[in-house]
Amino acid sequence: MNTILELKNLNKSFGAKKVLENINLTIPRGKIVGLLGKNGTGKSTLIKLINDLLTPTSGEVLINGKSPSVESKKIIAYLPERTYLDKSMKVAQVIKYFAEFYDNFDSQKAYKLLEELGLDVNQKLAKMSKGMQEKVQLVLVMSRKADLYILDEPLGGVDPATREYILDTILSNFNEGASVIISTHLINDIERILDDVIFINDGKIILHSECDKLRTEQGGSVDEIFRRMFRC
Amino acid sequence: MKFDFNNNIPIYIQIVEQIKTDIVAGKFKPGERLPSVRDFANETKVNPNTMQKALVELEESGLVFTERTNGKFITHDTSLINFYKQKYAEELTLTYLKRMYDIGYSLGEISKQIEQLGGNK
Repeated sequence: MNTILELKNLNKSFGAKKVLENINLTIPRGKIVGLLGKNGTGKSTLIKLINDLLTPTSGEVLINGKSPSVESKKIIAYLPERTYLDKSMKVAQVIKYFAEFYDNFDSQKAYKLLEELGLDVNQKLAKMSKGMQEKVQLVLVMSRKADLYILDEPLGGVDPATREYILDTILSNFNEGASVIISTHLINDIERILDDVIFINDGKIILHSECDKLRTEQGGSVDEIFRRMFRC
Repeated sequence: MKFDFNNNIPIYIQIVEQIKTDIVAGKFKPGERLPSVRDFANETKVNPNTMQKALVELEESGLVFTERTNGKFITHDTSLINFYKQKYAEELTLTYLKRMYDIGYSLGEISKQIEQLGGNK
């Protein structure tokens, strides 16, 4: 099956407030897709719907052709915006925990990536800086052999030099045939690794295009095109 | 080898240019086998799909060819490589000349400049 994610007429409201409106989206396998939008435009809500953490008001989410379930969670590796790990644990304990929880978790790979990032597996999460904790989380996610990686603001708390390293880690570690969705507002940092971009504003998808096509057709970087479109 | 990119220009075009430059500069030898798309993308830290697109473009230029099941190779055709090298040199020279004319140099003065500074690498 060539489509990993399909959203059909997806709507989400919180009370009277419409957060997502009539979202239609198809993401094939083997793509890195940027989900770009200003703060509070519905990016995280969309991601939570895909991860079955919220229920749609109407419409459908299909992962590999099926509705969200335990099965879909097995093939999605999700990096949430906020950490959910028990901070009193040491990194090595978290790895053991993940290895027990997920069939497709590769502990060796996790250890290798942590070493490359210069992180101490015997350190407690609580003793690490925010940036270090984010790196640990990313390593945990990228060490799963998933079909769909969903990264919600993976660069938020890290310095520009480390951002480069994180992007390279994403690039060289996503499973062949898998897709990656990265939500961010740090477009400039991330656009070089993206195949496609989705611009989301006021709960609607207003653009879905190949990055290089966009650069050719509209001129300038994706970041500039985004700024032009959403000038306040 | 990691490529540096300018976000204003399609990334695949920049990869094409970078590899072309490496071919005409002899960093890739005629007939040399290129890494697989995925390995090449990993080495240069680019998206594998973008690398694939760049290699298709290079094949269209004739500088790269695919041997079925065996992978991609740099052309053996040294005259083609020289053709691109010359074209590239012309482009660079024209850019240089334009800028020099823009600041009011004559051809004679430009030649003198080149003679004086030509020894610098």
